[in-house]
Amino acid sequence: MNNFSIILKREYLTRVKKRSFLIITFLGPLLFAALMITPSLLMLNSDKMESKKSIAVLDETNWFEGAIENTDANTFIYQDINENIDSLKKFVFEGIYDAILYIPATSLNVPVNAKLYSNKQIPMTLSSHIEREMKQVVEHKKLLASGIDPAVVKATKANINIATIRMDSESGEKTSYAELEYIIGFVLAFVIYFAVFLFSSQVMRGVIEEKTNRIIEVIISSVKPFELMMGKIVGIALVGLTQIVLWIVLTVAIYFVASGVILGPEIMSPSGTVMTEQIEQITEMSKGQDVMLEAVNMVQSINFSAILWSFLLYFVFGYLLYAALFAAIGGMVDNETDSNQFSTIVSIPLIIAIVCAPTMVNNPDTSLGIWLSMIPFTSPISMMLRVPFGVPYWQVAVSLVLLILTFILITWLAGKIYRTGILMYGKKPSFKEIWKWMRY
Amino acid sequence: MNNFIEINNVSKTYGNYKALNNISIKVPRQSIYGLLGPNGAGKTTLIRMLNQITAPDEGEIIFNGEKLNRSHISQIGYLPEERGLYKSMKVGEQAIYLAQLKGVSQKEAEKRLKAWFNKFGILNWWDKKVEELSKGMQQKIQFIVTVIHNPQLLIFDEPFSGFDPINVNLLKKEILELRDKGATIIFSTHNMSSVEELCDNIMLINKGQKILEGSVYQIKQDFKDNKFEIRLRIEGESNSQIFKFSDSQVLPDGFVLESEKTDSNGELELIVSADKDINPNILINYLSEQGTIISYRELLPSMNDIFINKVNNCRDVSHTYK
Repeated sequence: MNNFSIILKREYLTRVKKRSFLIITFLGPLLFAALMITPSLLMLNSDKMESKKSIAVLDETNWFEGAIENTDANTFIYQDINENIDSLKKFVFEGIYDAILYIPATSLNVPVNAKLYSNKQIPMTLSSHIEREMKQVVEHKKLLASGIDPAVVKATKANINIATIRMDSESGEKTSYAELEYIIGFVLAFVIYFAVFLFSSQVMRGVIEEKTNRIIEVIISSVKPFELMMGKIVGIALVGLTQIVLWIVLTVAIYFVASGVILGPEIMSPSGTVMTEQIEQITEMSKGQDVMLEAVNMVQSINFSAILWSFLLYFVFGYLLYAALFAAIGGMVDNETDSNQFSTIVSIPLIIAIVCAPTMVNNPDTSLGIWLSMIPFTSPISMMLRVPFGVPYWQVAVSLVLLILTFILITWLAGKIYRTGILMYGKKPSFKEIWKWMRY
Repeated sequence: MNNFIEINNVSKTYGNYKALNNISIKVPRQSIYGLLGPNGAGKTTLIRMLNQITAPDEGEIIFNGEKLNRSHISQIGYLPEERGLYKSMKVGEQAIYLAQLKGVSQKEAEKRLKAWFNKFGILNWWDKKVEELSKGMQQKIQFIVTVIHNPQLLIFDEPFSGFDPINVNLLKKEILELRDKGATIIFSTHNMSSVEELCDNIMLINKGQKILEGSVYQIKQDFKDNKFEIRLRIEGESNSQIFKFSDSQVLPDGFVLESEKTDSNGELELIVSADKDINPNILINYLSEQGTIISYRELLPSMNDIFINKVNNCRDVSHTYK
């Protein structure tokens, strides 16, 4: 085994075996899975908990009889118009009705002031359901009163759908789906942003640890400082990848196991409401075949291999670039407090890129977007935002070449700063000194 | 090849600061070589060059007859002045890691380490984390790690600083044992008594310049100022308590009485300085006629005196230039 792989192995294993790594790796997916399961769990339970309600309707206008639709949970019982509201209220206390909907007599031009009485809190869904139903009835009546056939109005309802089609000299015309591209770009750019920050600062902390431990001189009497630096950078990159992969795998596994255990029996039981609901949904979906087709089109319109490749390349080289910078900072200082000044300066480009992200996804081809996706310090984030929308190949190529060249240059300079810095104890170097170290 | 290390006309400059100026030394095989000098003299720079952490601007270093190169790294063991271990790593794992970096296979490293741990009676530390150990315990581990790959050249930078007296003794014993087994040892130190005890040869440097080099015996000979201490008892004289040579001025030619005192046992202690090249037997013959000689010894300067003397001289010289 050569020195690089011995270092890499140590950097990787000591981090992966740490208790904090294990805790975060296993707690993370539990949290994600909980976030995914809880909503459906709550929905299931609320359905179960929500007891059936019967609502007495005293309708003095006589417009709504039978017009308010019953739901799974709510049954509306229409009362004789001569019924007294006060005597109905007594039924609520006796538990015969859960609520009373009182609609006082009014005329069409006056707003309807209905009242809903109950001795318990009325669910929001119930009152909004009633509002919606009543509104329809009144609107219908108003249309009739002004001599308009409601069927005509319904027929005039317009449904507009703009398909954006991007013309490409090579592959012809293609329908684009900005919303999906927007989401993909944003998510991937954010992943790069956080991963670069998280793992580069781990590199810095590792370097500072070796300096404060004073083990550094023993190690560089055996290996070249550059080997140590690169072993650390690559080792931590692998730790990061391990963590991300484990998170994804475990989240998915926990999600399926947990939903099988917690939600499973409901789904399995033939009389279960969820099952029938799902079947209804599916049949409804098959009715709207064009929706499905649309979704398939949407997914097919995205160039996944291009996105995946550029994500990998920008992720790897973006991380390497910043990790080298942070390694140099770690070499310069004695403790983490001193590192703040330098790491702030180094992180500014990343922050600029992420601040400009919302503007860029709205309009990915502005000159701001093109410049940011060319400058190597911002390109890993900015180009990632643009790639899902489709970027000319030459732009990606130029941006990647620039990024890789800068990475080589920065790693070389960082290696020089690191090499001198790790043997300096006690004081924070000035920028003049750092400049001198680069030229040794 | 009689010299294991030869450093020829090596210079190193940091910016405007000349850390080493045209230094040449020869370290004989299987000897202990001391690098002496005040802080900032250039000792650590020289040691880092031997470890190839830095390279000389000019000059060359010959290692066992070959120009120093990276293949020699596995033959060098280095205990730096600023030393430490990974705090949260287990002792055994860490020692294996450091041994692997010196080119020892994992299996072999474990075998050798277990033997050393056994020798020092610390096998039960193997699975402990370094942060659980006291400083003295960590020093033992650091020493073991330095020698684990059986290096031919051992370099200790201020090995005794920060070690407790028990570990200092252990270290001294081990250093001598390693030399007897064939290793060549270079160490830098401020601890002058350890220099006299251990070193065969030394070099004294100050401000990047070599001031003095040679064997410890020869340097002491060169720096002696021909002073002798004689203790004697004057027989027959009942009032020996008040007898004084200084009253009678009777020493032979070429000898000058520096001081005399009588202790409570009635023994007279004389310090006499002699002209160069004069045979001290003349004095002894003369004094034996005066009384019974109890002891006689030449006063040799301690390395400490030479060190302070030389460094101060340099300072005076640089003052005159100002």
